[in-house]
Amino acid sequence: MKIGIIRFPGTNCDRDVFYACKLAEVTPEYIWWNTENLTDYDGIIIPGGFSYGDYLRAGAMASITPVIDAIKQLVKEEKPVLGICNGAQILGEVDLVPGVFITNEIPKFNCEWVDLKVVNTRTPFTKNFEKNQTVKIPIAHAEGRFYCEDIELLKDQDQIVLQFKDKNPNGSIDAITGVCDESGLVCAMMPHPERACEEILGSSDGLNFFKGFLK
Amino acid sequence: MIFDIEVKIFLKEEMLNPEATTIERSLDLLGYKVKNTKTIDIIKFQMDGKDIEKIRESVVDMCERLLCNPVIHNYKISVIPQEYSFNGD
Repeated sequence: MKIGIIRFPGTNCDRDVFYACKLAEVTPEYIWWNTENLTDYDGIIIPGGFSYGDYLRAGAMASITPVIDAIKQLVKEEKPVLGICNGAQILGEVDLVPGVFITNEIPKFNCEWVDLKVVNTRTPFTKNFEKNQTVKIPIAHAEGRFYCEDIELLKDQDQIVLQFKDKNPNGSIDAITGVCDESGLVCAMMPHPERACEEILGSSDGLNFFKGFLK
Repeated sequence: MIFDIEVKIFLKEEMLNPEATTIERSLDLLGYKVKNTKTIDIIKFQMDGKDIEKIRESVVDMCERLLCNPVIHNYKISVIPQEYSFNGD
């Protein structure tokens, strides 16, 4: 199971994601932003960071790089794609998932452990959880407020993957912090599962997201 | 001919603008009572060309593909032939 980890200038969670993949017993490999063909890969992770310095908007510059066309091709081949934090912002920018992640309601960089509710388990990344299970995973962002124009459509099509539980630290619509495309194979989440893969870190709830690449 | 181009990027009317809210609160701390604060991004550049309509079309394309996110933004474009431009900068 070969998983590509996309690197843009400014990506900074790539090595944590690489380590988490190894813990999950999938084979990670780094991929640079100008790669045009990803057909050898069984899945893709776009890690967090500040690609291209967040210029214009978080994820805007990354959205027009060659590797994005290659990812779109892979999605057509029904391979799973996970975007974490900046990766989630990029997936929103390129319309692979609905909505966008924009400046927090209180516009400060918010770094804390949060409890999340797993809303749907039909994505590869959440299939190892129980529906409505609570998981503990940290967030770290200033631009993570989920916004979309048609929230009812998202509910109807079962595209809400994760919600903040008990509080809404960034003002997202319906406390949503993870969404997927209609198929469920492309998933965008603001929390960092790679930072919660070992008990010594405070939680190992994040590991299941990476194990989700396994059949 | 050289054209001076200015793209103004606004958040849509119904969108929350935390930056503007923070500016308004800070102005209040200084004793200024202001309301309806907005922030707007302005991107300026120049293009060579002959046909102002073709230039405008390509700037619209730039807005749709990169400069703006249509989910949250509206934009206004101005294209001015340099001989008519009054920009001092």
